[in-house]
Amino acid sequence: MKQELLMGNQAIALGAIHAGVGVVTGYPGTPSTEILETVAKRNPGNIYVEWSVNEKSAMEVAAGATYAGIRTMVTMKQVGLNVASDPIMSLAYIGVKGGMVVVVADDPGPISSQTEQDTRQFGIFSKIPVFDPSSPEEAYRMIEDAFDYSEKYNTPVLFRPTTRVCHANASITVNDSRRVIKAEGFIKDSKWVIFPRLSYESHMKIEKRNPVIAEDFFSYSYNKVTGHGKKGIATGGVSYAYTKEALSSLNGTGKLMKVATPYPFPEKLALEFLKDLDEVLVIEELSPYLEKELIYLCGKYQLPVKIKGKLTEDMPWAGENTVKSVTEAVRNFLSLPYSQSETKEISITLPDRDPVLCAGCPHRASFYAVKRAMKGRKAVFSGDIGCYTLGNAKPLEMVDTCLCMGAGVTIAQGIHRVEPDGVNFAFIGDSTFFHTGISGVINAVTNETDIVLAVLDNSTTAMTGNQPNPGTGQTMMGSISQKISIYNILSAIGVKHIERINPFDLAKAQKAVTKMADIKGVSAIIFEAPCIQIVKPAPAYKVYTEKCTNCEHCIKELGCPAIVIENEQVTIDSTLCNGCSICSQVCPFGAIGGPEQ
Amino acid sequence: MKNCILVGVGGQGTILASKLIAQAAMDKGKQALTTETIGMAQRGGSVVSHIRIGSEIYSPLIPLQAADLVIGFEPAEAVRALPYLKKDSMVIVSKRAIIPVTSAFSGSNYNGMEMMSYLKDHVENLIVVDTDTICRLCGSNKVVNLSLLGVAAAGGVLDISLNDLENTIRKVLPEHYIEMNIKALHLGAKSITEQTWATH
Repeated sequence: MKQELLMGNQAIALGAIHAGVGVVTGYPGTPSTEILETVAKRNPGNIYVEWSVNEKSAMEVAAGATYAGIRTMVTMKQVGLNVASDPIMSLAYIGVKGGMVVVVADDPGPISSQTEQDTRQFGIFSKIPVFDPSSPEEAYRMIEDAFDYSEKYNTPVLFRPTTRVCHANASITVNDSRRVIKAEGFIKDSKWVIFPRLSYESHMKIEKRNPVIAEDFFSYSYNKVTGHGKKGIATGGVSYAYTKEALSSLNGTGKLMKVATPYPFPEKLALEFLKDLDEVLVIEELSPYLEKELIYLCGKYQLPVKIKGKLTEDMPWAGENTVKSVTEAVRNFLSLPYSQSETKEISITLPDRDPVLCAGCPHRASFYAVKRAMKGRKAVFSGDIGCYTLGNAKPLEMVDTCLCMGAGVTIAQGIHRVEPDGVNFAFIGDSTFFHTGISGVINAVTNETDIVLAVLDNSTTAMTGNQPNPGTGQTMMGSISQKISIYNILSAIGVKHIERINPFDLAKAQKAVTKMADIKGVSAIIFEAPCIQIVKPAPAYKVYTEKCTNCEHCIKELGCPAIVIENEQVTIDSTLCNGCSICSQVCPFGAIGGPEQ
Repeated sequence: MKNCILVGVGGQGTILASKLIAQAAMDKGKQALTTETIGMAQRGGSVVSHIRIGSEIYSPLIPLQAADLVIGFEPAEAVRALPYLKKDSMVIVSKRAIIPVTSAFSGSNYNGMEMMSYLKDHVENLIVVDTDTICRLCGSNKVVNLSLLGVAAAGGVLDISLNDLENTIRKVLPEHYIEMNIKALHLGAKSITEQTWATH
């Protein structure tokens, strides 16, 4: 046993290692990524860890492993569960042998996601139990319980931390021992084959089983009701921490219910909480999940309790809770006086600071080459999920659509069917291409749709912190695997015109784009240059002030964070410049040069 | 309990700084709870770390007007964090402005000076740090974080001494980064003693 400063995600990983997990799979996605990375880093040697090609594959690899009796964990972000929903929906019916925990990190805000979906709702939908930790310490201990419950009831379980649990760091006492779970191996049985008849029986079993789990959760130690009074607050997850903080700063009292297992909803616990209450405030993020459960119970048992929350507009529908918003809500609900002076407004306009493509990012060069080649032509640029979504910002403005992983390729096809006179580009990163991009390309080839596929191959999964992918030739077990060639895949699919281009050679890249844009059917450009985060940067470029006219063309065309105006002179910030050379190729006066020039 | 907010721009090393403070506190037997900005904002966006040291801490996020210390890695970001500052508490700020690319398109001519004077007008207990000079002396642009930590240690607000931080750095950083970072730490600490306090 020793104390460690651990991020919630690291805590989940170490908790799973301690619980005897044997196979861990996943796909990177903020805020979940560090879980799998930590298992790989702290692997005692007998855990198989992989970044799978996508969440569906991750779920299925883990399902196979649990059929053979080993404890498995799958990690992903909330939208990843959409990709993996096909296998998990059926797996709920089939069940598991080894404990299987599916960690799905939700992202209220959203801070780094496309949606504010609530994985607790997925519990109801799939009939799979859900655990909802409120802190990194709790996550560390709860993950082991999740495995135990999974085995006890032969069902996969969902474990859903939110961003503020995933990315909070806390001092945690870590148990270095590891439970020994012996895998029995796969035993052939008709129960592993899903058929309508079996599904009917499974469905009946699940409906009978879940109330038993709900009863079991009544005594689960992280579910609790404390305090007394006529007013009560119901909460769970990180909102519980905010509520405790608010009650402590306001010296507020009342009944408090914390729900750590939202599905199957621990009805008995909630009835204990609702008893003798007049009013309840529900503090939760994303959907009014607990709120609706309580309203349902009030109806079922005809309890005269007023339930307030999102549905009554007492709490915000969207965005993440904060200590401030929760304190305000609790203060109002308990009719307490203000305990501190009003916050002073900042009386000066602050500069906007949106995220941007890094200085030296190859995506900037690729986007710029396409932009120049398509100048004056009717063209739509469909984008995808990754760092390159940032290409939508000024001055590039090269991402016209972004929906979900892999969608750019197919959205471009839909637009083309309505506007066949325009050129339809689909930008996609290497990891996204492998994730769900390939099937879209097949769709275009087989349906003879004119699109220009632009693969932004930077040899990594950059947005989530540089994870390997099938194109990089490394695995999470440390071995070197065969690199899968995007060129060969495209060629095998039947894409006849493919060019591999270094985006930092602007003239050549532009020429290639112009050529590809006029080809019928599917053409592809693979822009190949590694992410600036994984290579040693080249020496910084500089502005020759005697040649520079301060026309700001470089700034207005490229929007590179390293090019700034200092004392009314365009300059390159040598602390940020990574020497990609694109600005020197763009400058009309030859006023930017590298160190050797 | 001590609350500290670190604010800056993605890529400036706020996450490491926050980890070092929390680890140093833990090495002294205290409990620490922190939270970071991870994800897309790390690409040059505004980033915030919350660090809470002590017992009976619930929320990883610091309430408004509760921070004992704000360390601003950049002037505008320091201003952005002022609502968190407890009355009369300390702000440590690097005077080096990072100009957002977007300012060229939004017509703003932000250069950091206006933020520095705003801070001087609104913060009683302000320490301005010349991180450029310290970086130059260390021969690296990546030590803004450690120089500011040195100032914080010397400022004494967090009950973590220079020595505590030095021990933690030696424990957690890779060998070849240790000396440069410790140098930056000490140069930061030294810069505070050389400041003319009367100017505040």
